[in-house]
Parts: sequence; structure tokens; C-alpha cells
Amino acid sequence: MPMPMPMEDVMEPPRTEPRPSRTPAKRIEIEQPAAVTLPETPVVFDLHELEVYYGAFRAVRDVTMQIHKNEITAFIGPSGCGKTTVLRAFNRMHDVTPGARVAGKLLYHGTHLYVPEVSATEVRRRIGMVFQKPNPFPKSIYDNIAFGPRVNGAKGRADIDAIVEKSLRAAALWDEVKDRLRSSALGLSGGQQQRLCIARTIAVEPEVVLMDEPCSALDPIATARIEELMRELKSRFTIIIVTHNMQQAGRVSDRTAFFTTELDAKADRRTGTLVEYDETTKIFSNPFDERTENYISGRFG
Amino acid sequence: MTAVADTVGPHIDLTAKRGWRSIKSAIMTGLMVASLAAVVIPLVAVIWSVAARGLAVAFQSFPDFFAKEIPVVARRPGPGMGPAIVGTLLSTGAATLIAVPLGVLGAVYLHEYGKDNRFARLVRFMGTVMTGVPSIVMGLFVYVVWTLQFGYSAFGGALALACLMLPVVIGASEQMLKLVPIHLREAAYALGTTKSRTILTVVLPAALPGIVSGALLAVARAAGETAPLLFAVGAATEYNLSLFGEANTALSVQIFANANSSFVAAQERAWGAALTLVLLTFLVTLVARIFTARVASQR
Amino acid sequence: MLDLRGHHAHADRAFRFAAIGAAGLVLLILGMIAVTMTNRALPVFRHMGLEFFTAIRWSPPDSLFGALPFIWGTLFTAAIAVVLAVPISLGVALFITQVAPPWLKRPLVYLVDLLAVVPSVVFGLWGVLVLSNYFSLGRSFLTAGVILAIMIIPIITSLSREVIETTPTTDKEGALALGATRWEMIGAAVLPHSAGGLVGAVMLGLGRAMGETIAAALVIGSALGQITLNPFAPGNSMPAVIANEWGEADTLHKSALIALAVALFVITIVVNLIATAIVQRSMKKSRGT
Repeated sequence: MPMPMPMEDVMEPPRTEPRPSRTPAKRIEIEQPAAVTLPETPVVFDLHELEVYYGAFRAVRDVTMQIHKNEITAFIGPSGCGKTTVLRAFNRMHDVTPGARVAGKLLYHGTHLYVPEVSATEVRRRIGMVFQKPNPFPKSIYDNIAFGPRVNGAKGRADIDAIVEKSLRAAALWDEVKDRLRSSALGLSGGQQQRLCIARTIAVEPEVVLMDEPCSALDPIATARIEELMRELKSRFTIIIVTHNMQQAGRVSDRTAFFTTELDAKADRRTGTLVEYDETTKIFSNPFDERTENYISGRFG
Repeated sequence: MTAVADTVGPHIDLTAKRGWRSIKSAIMTGLMVASLAAVVIPLVAVIWSVAARGLAVAFQSFPDFFAKEIPVVARRPGPGMGPAIVGTLLSTGAATLIAVPLGVLGAVYLHEYGKDNRFARLVRFMGTVMTGVPSIVMGLFVYVVWTLQFGYSAFGGALALACLMLPVVIGASEQMLKLVPIHLREAAYALGTTKSRTILTVVLPAALPGIVSGALLAVARAAGETAPLLFAVGAATEYNLSLFGEANTALSVQIFANANSSFVAAQERAWGAALTLVLLTFLVTLVARIFTARVASQR
Repeated sequence: MLDLRGHHAHADRAFRFAAIGAAGLVLLILGMIAVTMTNRALPVFRHMGLEFFTAIRWSPPDSLFGALPFIWGTLFTAAIAVVLAVPISLGVALFITQVAPPWLKRPLVYLVDLLAVVPSVVFGLWGVLVLSNYFSLGRSFLTAGVILAIMIIPIITSLSREVIETTPTTDKEGALALGATRWEMIGAAVLPHSAGGLVGAVMLGLGRAMGETIAAALVIGSALGQITLNPFAPGNSMPAVIANEWGEADTLHKSALIALAVALFVITIVVNLIATAIVQRSMKKSRGT
């Protein structure tokens, strides 16, 4: 007689034990048969016990997760929990910070990113980043978008013109600036500048776009436009967004990762760690970990 | 290796690409290193020359070089530069005694009293102007104002050097006063201390390491100055321990005079004097840096 | 009625006046310089009028004082010095701020500053006895320019470093995030941001180069009447001629030399003021955004 194993049974026993944070995440990945609401897409990033050190201090520990293609993944958590630190590991941005060190495994399509043979420049062409405060170059709108392609070898006026138009259209900015492409990018409003930065990032046609709190410096209307943009871009790119705004995560993301801080007794500082990572609907309706539930319901953070 | 879902997609090549971009990068880095070399090489060359030639002369018959008088006949070989050393110490020392207290006092006015009023802003502006006055102009000025009236002397040299040092000390001291936190002052005021007392007993001691460092750097510069002394001190060859009265000399002046000479003996003495002068300025600068480090660690 | 005047009012006021006096010394000295120097320079102007600045012949025995060759010499050597010093200073500043690992930064800064500690006259000595002999450069505009360049490198480097370091990190990261190499990032984010301040730093170096007396005096060659674009020719400059001819000058001659000093004073002041204004404006702009 076939004995179906109810999901509840498998899930029940560990609830009585204190559990290390990585166990729930791993188990969910493997045992996701019919109850999955998201289509199974290929894995782009594969993280194993990723850690980030600033000097001797371990700022983030034990991050194990997978990022799926053409999804929007949100990192949420209280301030200082390491979500931006983890994000910056994806595109080798920690190379820029003296004393920063990434340990553990970070695989991008099976390739380990943190080995000497891998060039950070190549990584960043494929994995782009949009920053918290818009940072356009002090150049024209046109030259801002054209910078990436030019640096990567694009030549010829016609080709670059086409790339610029395509990117601005994709960022929903074309109509507003098409008549003043040669004017300074610094003359745009905050929301327009951020869409410009997004256009600039997608002009080099990366596979992944990392976003570090892209809307935190913007007003609600500009924020709504960027969120709408993200949904449009999802079909072409894989997006990871760090946000301190839970509702935003709930609105735009397919999967959500919740990070928190724990007191590191040795260093008397707080180390960030991944608590729970699951489909957004599940995190927000029925989270597994008590800490996640506390955060979502506003009890702390 | 991993027990997780498969990683799909062709193997992606993330190694650095050869090509124009990496060549450009390499060229730029090469240029950087070349400019670094362009700085290091002259420095090493000068120090090497001074050390090699100067040591030979200075330690020929120690301590003759430092003690004997300067040969009046330039052609004669042999030591020494004693009077020049004394002259440098006299002029620079006297200049320091004049310029540092006045400079610190001026900085006190600018930061504690004048702050942003028109007089203070004018003084600051003119102070910047004054730091740009070519040293030769300062020397001529002292000639006209002092030497013509009172003749060559170490004191004239001290005046010229003090004029050069004053704006530098004011500027550096004001920076240091800015660093003293305001709550220190407020604590003293709250206890009923007068402003002048607060400055003298609380603010200045707190800013002291930085002020000392700035003053020492000004001293090092002054010791190396030639032009102002040319017109104020003279080129005596005998010892002259008095500030006033007769002509004196200084290491920098001797180096200048002997460098132009075509006699090898004189040139050799110039190298010896250069060695002495360089050692002196390096020593003072080193002590200044120690104080700067103390300021940095305090913050 | 309470007596709240306090016992220390007099001492306090005295201190304040002393401080005001010390600060005022700056104005006093500058004023005196302007007045006395101009006064002493008058004789030669009465003698030659404004032709002093345009005449080419300088012949004290004939009471002919044409300052033009020296003005030219000062500008020419300063220009050579700047042309040589700027690429080097910029290169070193970029290296220290963008390329060098953290442990190397401070030693490098000390090293460059060491160049500033060596007294000018020692550089002149080295230039005369080593540089011009061993490299067959002889005494010329070029030799003087080289020595001056060595002397102004520290100040241009240190100011450039300060300006470059005000570049916001987010601008640099934005360029890197697009897949730019380090140099592409410097071109896109650092240089545009620092351009104004760098110009100011260069001008300050120019001001220093024009005022440096002794080093130039020793190696420039002390030739007369030369207005040429040939850097290998011996020449002369305002500070050099003053230093070299003062010893044996009669009254009118001295007056002419003082007039040169006044001219030098005015030129260097103007350059320094423009430079300071440019640097301050660029620093304020970058901190304001």
C-alpha cells in the first residue's frame, strides 16, 4: 500500500528543537514538490555558507540560498543585518573596500566568483548594480547611458544611438528625455535620475540587476514607477533587491529572504545572518521562523 | 559537490579578457609607477650626493668641520663651517622665539575672538597672501627696514625669518584650535573662568601637540631659507655669538656662496654644510611628525 | 547691588588686545612691505619710466634697466617646471589615492613630503654641481625648470590628493558596477569631479615656482638679454638676477632690483589668489552636493 507522507509530518518534528538558521532554508529548496506556486526556473546564483568579513570582524555568516532566473528576490531585515553586505558580494563590490573579505562559496552558473582567475570587471558586466542614491555621471544623459557600451567596445554612432534609445525605453524614461539627450544628467529629478541609472545599467545587457534600496531616496510616486519598472524588467533580467520597506518586498518580489542580527559575544558586535528564505507569499502569510514572524508583524526592527 | 538544484547554462568564461582595454590599463599603471620613480629618483639622488660628499668633508678630522672657522681664502682646502652652524641656530632660534608666540596669539584672536568678523576675515586673507610672498622679497624688505639702519646681524636674519614664519604659524595654529572641542571651553566658562584664562589654561594646552608640530615645520622651513638671510645676515667667517652688532652667517648662505665658487675646496665645504643643514631640517621635521601622530591618536 | 564686574576684567581685556595686535601684525607687515618697497623702487621708475618693463637691455654700468628678459625668464622657467611637474604629481596623487594598498599610502605620502623638507639651496647645490655637470645640461632654463619642478611636486601632489579624495565613493562604485576597469572609472568619476581643484593645485605650484629664488639662481646661467624659446639656452629670471647682482649694486642698480622684486611680488600674489579661489570653490562645490 502506498503510504503518502503528508507534508505536515515531515515538517512537524523540528519545530520542537531550537534550529540553526540554515536548516529551514535548505530543506525548503529540496522538498518543494507540488505545493510550489513559482515555475521552476534555472538557478543563477548558488550560495553556500557565505560569510563576509571586515578585517577580523565577521559581519555576515551562514548565508545559503539559491537565486532563480527571471525572478525578483527581495532581501529584507532590520538595519545592520547584512542584507546590503550580501548583495555587494554578488558583483565583487567588496573588492573595493579595503579589508573586506568574502568566504564560503558563491557560484554564478556553476562558476565560483571568488577565485583569482575570475576578473571582477567581467563579473560586473554581467551583474549590474543600482545604488541607493542615484549616482549619474556629471555628463549628458546620452553619455551616461553610452558609457557602459562604449567601455565594452561599442562603436559607431548609429549603434550607440540605438542602444541608448532601447535602454531609455526599457527604463520608461525615453519619452521624458528624448528631446534633451545632450543635456546634463544632473538636471533630472531624483526619480528620473534613478531611472537613468537603471537604464545605464541595462544598457550593457547584464543578466542580473542588483538593487540596493533603490527607492529609499525617492518620493512615493517615483517609487511606484520604479516598482512598476521592475515588474516589466523581470522578463529580461534576474533582479535582487535590498529593501527596508517590507510592503515593497511584498508588492514586487517573488521570493524573499529575511536576515537578522545576532550578538557576537566575542566581538561585542552584531553579526548578520540569513533566517528564512522562501516564496514571498509564504514568508508574509505563514513564515516558518518565529523571528521572521516577529519582524513581519512589526514586533521588532 | 552540492546537493542542490542543478545549475543550468553554458559554462561562463569570467576570466579577464586580453585586448585593448587591458593593455590600456597596463599602460596607465606603468605611467603611474614611472611618475613615482620620477619622485623617488631625484630625492634619492640628492640625498645620496649630500651624504656621500658631505660625509667625506664633515668627518675628515672630526670635529673640525663643525668647530673650525670658515677659511677666509676660499681656495684653501679644509674645514670648517662652525660659524655658519652657530649663525643658523641663532637666527632660526631667535626667529622662532619671535614668530611662534605672536603667531599663536594671532591664531587665538582669529579663532576665539574675531571668528567671522570683517577684521578676522581680512587678516586670514592677508595671511594667505603673506604665505605666498617670495622669500627674496622678504629679504629685501628687511634689508631696507633693518640692515640699512643697523647693519648686518643675526637679529636681522631672525626678523626676516620671523616674517616668513608668522603667517604659516598663524594658519597651522588656527587649524589646531578648531580641533579643540567646544564643550571643553564651555565647561571652563560654566565654572566662571574668564575667556583669557580659559584660552591659556584649557584651550591652548589641548591644542598644544598640533601647535608644536606646526611650529616645528615652520622652523624647518626657516632654517633652510637662504634669500632672506643673504640680505640681513651677511657672510662672516668668524664666530659671532651675539645677535646684534656684527655680521653673521648661516649654513644656507654659505652653501649658496660656495656653490657658485669655482674652487673645489669651497665646493666641498658647501657639501658639508648641506649635509649639516639637511640633517638639521630632517631632525626637526621628524620631531614635528611625532607630534602630528600624537594629535592624530588623540582624536 | 551685586558687583558682577569681576576681578579679572583688566587682564582679560589686555589679553584680548594683545591677540588683536598679534593678528594685526600681518596687516602691518604686509602694508610696510608694500610701502617701503614701492618707495625704494621709485628711483628707477623715475629714471626709466614704464619702459622698465618693456626694455630688453639690462646694463647697470650704462644705467639701462630693461626687465623684460627677466620677466620672460621667470615665466618660462615656471612654465617648464609646471609642464614637468604636473603629470608626475598627478600620477603620484592618483597612485596614492586609487591604486596603493592602505598600508602603502602613509609611507608614500611621507616620502613625497620629504622632498619638500630638503632646503631649496641644497637642491640648487645639487643642480649646479651634479645635474648640470653630469648630464651635460649646463646652466640653462631647462636645468632651472627641472630643479623647480622637483621642488613644486610635493605641493601639487598633496593638494591634488586632497581634491581627489573628495570624490564620492558612490560615483566611483557606479562606474565600476558597469564593468569599467580602474582607469575607466578614474576617467569617468574621479577626474571630472576633481578637475577644478586640480587646476587650482597646479596654479599654486606655478606660484611657488615663480617665487623660488635660490635654486633657480644657481643653475639658470645668469645670461643677459635672452628672450628665447630654447630651453637649453642659459637665461635669467627675476629672483635669480636679484640674488646674483645685489652684492655689487650701486643705489640706482639696487633700486632696479627692488623694482624687480615688487613686480615679482605682484605677479605671484595674483597667481596665488586665483589659485586659492579656484581650489576653495571646487572643494566647497564637491562637499555641498
